[in-house]
Amino acid sequence: MVELATDLTVREVAKAAETVLGRAVDVTPATHIARDLAVDSLALMNIVMELEDRFDLSIPLDRLATVETVGDLSELINKLRVKA
Amino acid sequence: MGLLDKHASYRDAYEGIRAAGVDPFNVRFEAVLSPTEGQLDGRKVILLGTNNYLGLTFDPACVEASAAAVRKWGTGTTGSRIANGTFGGHMAMETALARFYGRKHAMVFTTGYQANLGVLSALVGRGDHLILDADSHASIYDGARLCQSEVIRFRHNDPDDLYKRLKRLEGQPGERLIVVEGIYSMMGDVAPLKEIVAVKKETGAYLLVDEAHSMGVLGEKGRGLAEAAGVEADVDFIVGTFSKSLGAIGGFCVADVDDFDLLRVVSRPYMFTASLPPAIVASTLTALERLEQDGSLRGKLEANAQRLWSGLQRLGYTTGPKASPIVAVVMPETSMAIAMWNALLANGVYLNLALPPATPDNRPLLRSSVSAAHTFEQIDAVIAVFDQLGQEFGLLPKRARKSA
Repeated sequence: MVELATDLTVREVAKAAETVLGRAVDVTPATHIARDLAVDSLALMNIVMELEDRFDLSIPLDRLATVETVGDLSELINKLRVKA
Repeated sequence: MGLLDKHASYRDAYEGIRAAGVDPFNVRFEAVLSPTEGQLDGRKVILLGTNNYLGLTFDPACVEASAAAVRKWGTGTTGSRIANGTFGGHMAMETALARFYGRKHAMVFTTGYQANLGVLSALVGRGDHLILDADSHASIYDGARLCQSEVIRFRHNDPDDLYKRLKRLEGQPGERLIVVEGIYSMMGDVAPLKEIVAVKKETGAYLLVDEAHSMGVLGEKGRGLAEAAGVEADVDFIVGTFSKSLGAIGGFCVADVDDFDLLRVVSRPYMFTASLPPAIVASTLTALERLEQDGSLRGKLEANAQRLWSGLQRLGYTTGPKASPIVAVVMPETSMAIAMWNALLANGVYLNLALPPATPDNRPLLRSSVSAAHTFEQIDAVIAVFDQLGQEFGLLPKRARKSA
């Protein structure tokens, strides 16, 4: 179950990244956001904004400090969803 | 491995930019001749990227006040106000700002950047929610990092999006503070403040407006967007700077809130840095008087902004939606922006090269800021250079040359 939820979230992260970056991306939970996706800090914040709307929740920027990989971001979203 | 290795990607990009000509982030002026003219390699250039909106940097009264203050009070305060005390000028400046804005309280910071750091970090803390416009200035983002509250961005100038994001926070404890800017520094666009005030009221949030680029520019009295939009009573905090229309350096916050003076003992960017030197305070006070007494400065600024904006529009450049003292020309891509910037400089026009991610929508910009001190001849000269280069670079359609 947990695995499944994460997979779905990873897919949503990929979709949000594609919307913001305007190009196709290939992601797995291990994908490093800055390095592998060449995403700068602003693009990451825009991806987060997109994800907030997709999941209808708040993802505070201060929580991004520990996010490095797509898996980290998906985990953060899943945690926030449980809280919401 | 070196400490700076993590910035390797910036090094490569920066080297690429420098290899294309002059370093746009470190232009070396041999002299500044007036608010609108500088000297580079023995040549005069028109200064069109210095945020000197009212052109007061060489105002004789401001210069004299500054010179008198440095003789009377010395070159600096050599420390913070909590350690070295408050000088007469600091008090006079705070009194003048509170009166100008019609507020109970005013507090002066050493820079505009520090004003945002100092105010945001003191107003919200752990458990509170800071809601920022996505295109906020770096000082607002850095203030957000210092304050330990939850930070949420809303889509630029979009009150509906702000509302949606505040609604998501419903039921959560903690205060909400919305932060917007009067005029946004990159495109020169203005916040829809009336609509934002409506959202603020409905959701019970506080509102802070950074009038850095709008003080002295908008409003009948020059108080900024809150005045122009007629919503001053609903804006809880106004932050601003002395380094643009007032022609010096420094920052401030004004408010009516009780206990405002507590900021003086909890705001670290206020407490742990040296206070403004008396000479700076003196010229700023005089510049504020000039701003208040001489409404014609704003008229000239508006006429110059209109002339530059409509001239560039007429040529076919993509700019902001309306005339504003900040006129940004959108470039198709970064290498073209760099080449154009260098060619403009070589042809006697200095403006700002703004590159992503510091720009909205990842678009490179040639950003100008107009001054009341520009002459129509200077503005027309700039438009002529843009015309000539636009055709040379293929940015504008080729036209038959008008006969002389």
